[in-house]
This record gives sequence, structure tokens and C-alpha cells, in this order.
Amino acid sequence: MSDQAIEVATDTRATGLRATLQEFWHYFSENRGAVIGMWFFIGVCMVALLADLIAPHGATTQYRDALLTPPVWQEGGDWRFLLGTDAVGRDMLSRLIHGSRYSLFVGCIVVVGAMAVGVTVGLIAGFVGGTVDTLIMRLMDIILSFPSLLLALVLVAILGPSLTNAMIAIAIVQQPHYVRLTRAAVLGERNKDYVTAARVAGVRPLRLMFHTILPNCMAPLIVQAALSFSTAILDAAALGFLGMGAQPPTPEWGTMLAEAREFILRAWWVVTLPGLAILLTVLAINLMGDGLRDALDPKLKRS
Amino acid sequence: MSDEIVLRASDLKKHYMLPGSLYAKAATVKALDGISFELSRKKTLAVVGESGCGKSTLARVVTMIEEPTAGSLQIAGEELADGNKQVRRKLRPKVQMVFQNPYGSLNPRQKIGSALEEPLMMNTPLSKAERGDKAKAMMQAVGLRPEHYDRYPHMFSGGQRQRIAIARALMLDPDILVLDEPVSALDVSIQAQVLNLLGELQDKLQLAYLFISHDLSVVKHIADEVMVMYLGKPVEQAAREVLFDDPRHPYTQALLSATPVPDPGRQKERVLLKGELPSPIDPPTGCAFHPRCPMVFDRCAAEAPHLQPARTAQVSCHLMHETNRS
Repeated sequence: MSDQAIEVATDTRATGLRATLQEFWHYFSENRGAVIGMWFFIGVCMVALLADLIAPHGATTQYRDALLTPPVWQEGGDWRFLLGTDAVGRDMLSRLIHGSRYSLFVGCIVVVGAMAVGVTVGLIAGFVGGTVDTLIMRLMDIILSFPSLLLALVLVAILGPSLTNAMIAIAIVQQPHYVRLTRAAVLGERNKDYVTAARVAGVRPLRLMFHTILPNCMAPLIVQAALSFSTAILDAAALGFLGMGAQPPTPEWGTMLAEAREFILRAWWVVTLPGLAILLTVLAINLMGDGLRDALDPKLKRS
Repeated sequence: MSDEIVLRASDLKKHYMLPGSLYAKAATVKALDGISFELSRKKTLAVVGESGCGKSTLARVVTMIEEPTAGSLQIAGEELADGNKQVRRKLRPKVQMVFQNPYGSLNPRQKIGSALEEPLMMNTPLSKAERGDKAKAMMQAVGLRPEHYDRYPHMFSGGQRQRIAIARALMLDPDILVLDEPVSALDVSIQAQVLNLLGELQDKLQLAYLFISHDLSVVKHIADEVMVMYLGKPVEQAAREVLFDDPRHPYTQALLSATPVPDPGRQKERVLLKGELPSPIDPPTGCAFHPRCPMVFDRCAAEAPHLQPARTAQVSCHLMHETNRS
């Protein structure tokens, strides 16, 4: 009957995931810094995964004959310890390699935790609205009004200093950002016709929230996740440095910094190298996050 | 069978409360203020009027997106307006809707297949395979090809998207289809195709249409009966031929005179209306149309007219009844 009425498909673009990825890569690769950041981040991930194979020594093995040995290129360096040793004779390189595991672990757990809770709460606030919305958002404003590190410090002080508690504290501190972002996106999507159409079709509120609306709000959340990954690493290192995070002898980068504080004038490498590791990792992730934002956030997309 | 009344609305009202604040006092917007009509199988009732006259609110009330403030709404003989959730759930599949903008009414992250199957998943116990078969059959009925099943909305043109939206609305075998300006976002050439498709489907599936539009040439093409609305109230209701040949209400006359006629030789007499549509927060006293009416007289500002028979039409105007009497 209406076969003649069929219009020729106007769009011959490739379908599915591959096309999406190709488009993503096109925009992402325009940003050189983002690509470099991504490769560095992948490198850190590989090092963390293969830490046991790569590291020349154990993370907590002590060499009593080689305390505070400088790196190889300096006078008095030892080829056994490429980046020197710390005050109790542990190999710096091995400790840094093992430390990358903790940093990435903290980043992953914090981001996943903060995102899961934050997105759910934000969805509820944006979708339900009214008093619920006001209550949730004022609570988030209260959390945001504290300096984040101070609040994390107080939380760890209450919960007791350990890496797990530090992660919980950082996740709580970060989660208001997700709530606000999700709520804003949901408010934008909630009144669109496709949501009304789903409602008319009898879709229940829970499915409406998570299946209809949420997938259309993901782009800014992915960007936020990438950027808060680096904040989480930084906060965990700061808590470690203040003695409230991972406890010695864990080779966590922040904790390593704290232990090495007293040797800052005598042995530069025990302080500089963990600091450099934190700096480079965070920088790489931030660069990558910027590229992600350019590629995923349509408002900033150049067409 | 074809005269069976599937929807009956009487004195339907929808008022929105605007809460007062420091700077504004509380107000009520009378978006719908007493609408009555009946919809029968295989018939099309067109609702026309300018922006802000309550057409879309009517659509939202009839499709149960919003509850009416007062009045009665019966679908298949069952009362809906009293807000019984179970009755609403049961009757929801009976009334489906096609939206104006096909670019906004399809979820951009949902494939066509799953968009079509979603209504079935929510309302029927059909298995996945049965749902898929039904979706494919419906795609063919609206002129889409089976390979479109796995595609996303952004890969389709406006006309194709509107076909998808129509298919989705028909998945639950509704009795009533509310069409909220279904072709006004489309090119003129595509409009005709979609209107023809709607006509075919109405005959085949015995549908009743509530067709909302501001485009009178489209209404002339598709409607059986026409209701003209002004500021939440009906001003004239008549069969299509009657309304287009012999408009009674001054507002209807003005609307019709504004429709372009493709005849260069024809001398047109345009009735130009003064002013703007008044705010529904603070409607004029008496007849809502009187500040703009070219034939206004004393009684109009004092007393609100009601819809009353005037020859073959239903008209809400004092003028009709004055002249009838004399």
C-alpha cells in the first residue's frame, strides 16, 4: 500500500558501536595533549597490572647494606637500585611500581562509588522534584561548603586512618559533584517529548529514570568521572602524607612522601620521585579528561 | 459499529495553580475551561486555534499525562477523571499519542525495534519473539523496511521518524489516537504522505482521531468534525463542510480568512484581528473574545456566552442568539 511512500534512507553512515567509536576517536585525536595523556595513562595501567613481573625487588624488602643509595647516574649509585633506596634500604623503583597499583585502585573505587551513589541521588532529585529535590540539594550544598580535603580529614579521623576509610571519605566528598551534574542533565531531559511518549506507553517511573533518561545524561558524567579520578588520587596521596591514609609500610605514593620528609635536604630522590609520579599521573589523566570532554560534550563540540 | 462512541468528554477543565511569591500573587491559569465533545470510531475530530488556546493541554488531559481539574472524561464507557490508578492503567493503552516534533519524541539512545516493543513490554505478557514479530509487522504497515529495526532515530529523516512515532502509538491497538500537530514539523511533500498514511490506518484499524492543528488546510483534508478553541473554551463546533462553508463565529471567520487559498484571481476579504491573545491568567470579562471581536456589542463584555445550536453548528456567541431571536 504505502510502499511507494518509502523514502530513501537519507543517512548512509555506518551503524552501531564502531561508528560511534570512530566519531569519538576523530574528535579525541584532535587534541594532542589528550592522546599523550591517554598513552601515559595506559602505560601506568600496564605497570600496575604487571607490577610483580617488572619490579626488580620486593616492595618491602630491605637491603641493610644500601641505605639511602642515590640513583645510578649520581656518584655512589648502585646498578642494583636504579632509582636509589630509601632510609631503610628499600628499592625506590620497586616501591613506585607497586605504588601505582594503590593509586589506580583508589581512583577506580572512589569514582565508581561516588558515581553510583551520586548518579542515583541526582536522578531522584531531578526526577521527583519538589521537597525531595530541595532537601537533597541543600544537603549537597552543605557538603560542598566544606573544603573537601578538610572534610575528608575529619571523616577519616572519625572512621580511623586506613586506606579503605580514606577511599570512603574521598568518595563522600566527591559525590555532590555527580549529584549536581546528574540533576542538571535530568532536568533538561525530563520534559522532552520522548519521555512523555514513554509515559503514555505506560513505562513506570523506575524504568523511566534509569532506562529512558539516564543514558541520555551520560556524556558530562563520563567527563566528570575522568577528571575526578585524578582528584581522588591526589586526595588519597594528601591523606597519606598527613598520616590518615594508607599506613606504612604500604608503598602508597603519598605515604612514601610523608616517610621521606626528614631526608628532604640529604637525599632528594626519596621525596622528589614519588612526588613526580603523582604529578605525572594526575597531569596525564587531566589531559585525557579534557580530550574526553571535547569529544563527548556536544555543547563544546566543534562541527 | 462505526458509530460507537469511544470517548466522551463533558465540561472538561484543567486549571494550573501558579503559587504566589514575594513579587507575584497566586494565580490560576485556566488552560481548559469547559470542553465537551464526543469521539466515535473511524471519525476525526480536529481541534484548531492559535498558540496558547489550550489545544496541547487538551491532548495531555485526554492521554492521561495530566489529570483534569474538573469535568468528566469517559473512555470506552469508563470514567477516568476521578483518578483511580487501576482504571487509568487499564485504559492507558486505549489512548495513544503522536507528537508534533519527530526529532524530540524518539529517544536518541533507543533503537527503533526496542522503541516499538517498549509499549508491549510494559502492558502485555508477550514474549520477546512475539513482540519482535508484532513490531516488524507494524513497521511494514507504516511503510518502513525490516532492516530499519536495528537503527537509531538519528539515521532517519523527519517523515520516517514520524512514521516510527505513529507505529509506536499503534503497537498497543488503541481505539483513540491523539495527534498533536503531527505534520506541522514536516515538509509539505512529506505532510501529504503522512496524512494519507493516517487516513489508511484509520480505515484499516477503526481508529478515532483527535487531531490537533493550527493548519486549516490540513484540517480541511482530514477532519470529519471541527472544534475551534479560543482561550481554553470552544467557540464553534460543527461538521467540516458546515464550518468551512459557513463559519458562524467572528473568530472562526477571522481564522478562515487568514488561510491562504491557491487562487491568484480570487479577491480575498481579510478579517484582521486587533491585538494579541489575552493572558489566560487574567481573561477578559464576559466573552473572552470581545476585546478583539469586530462585531462586539454591550452584552459581550458583561455576560459569557455558551455553546448553543445555531442552525447546523454549535456556536458560542451572543450575536447568533440575538439575530436568531429577532
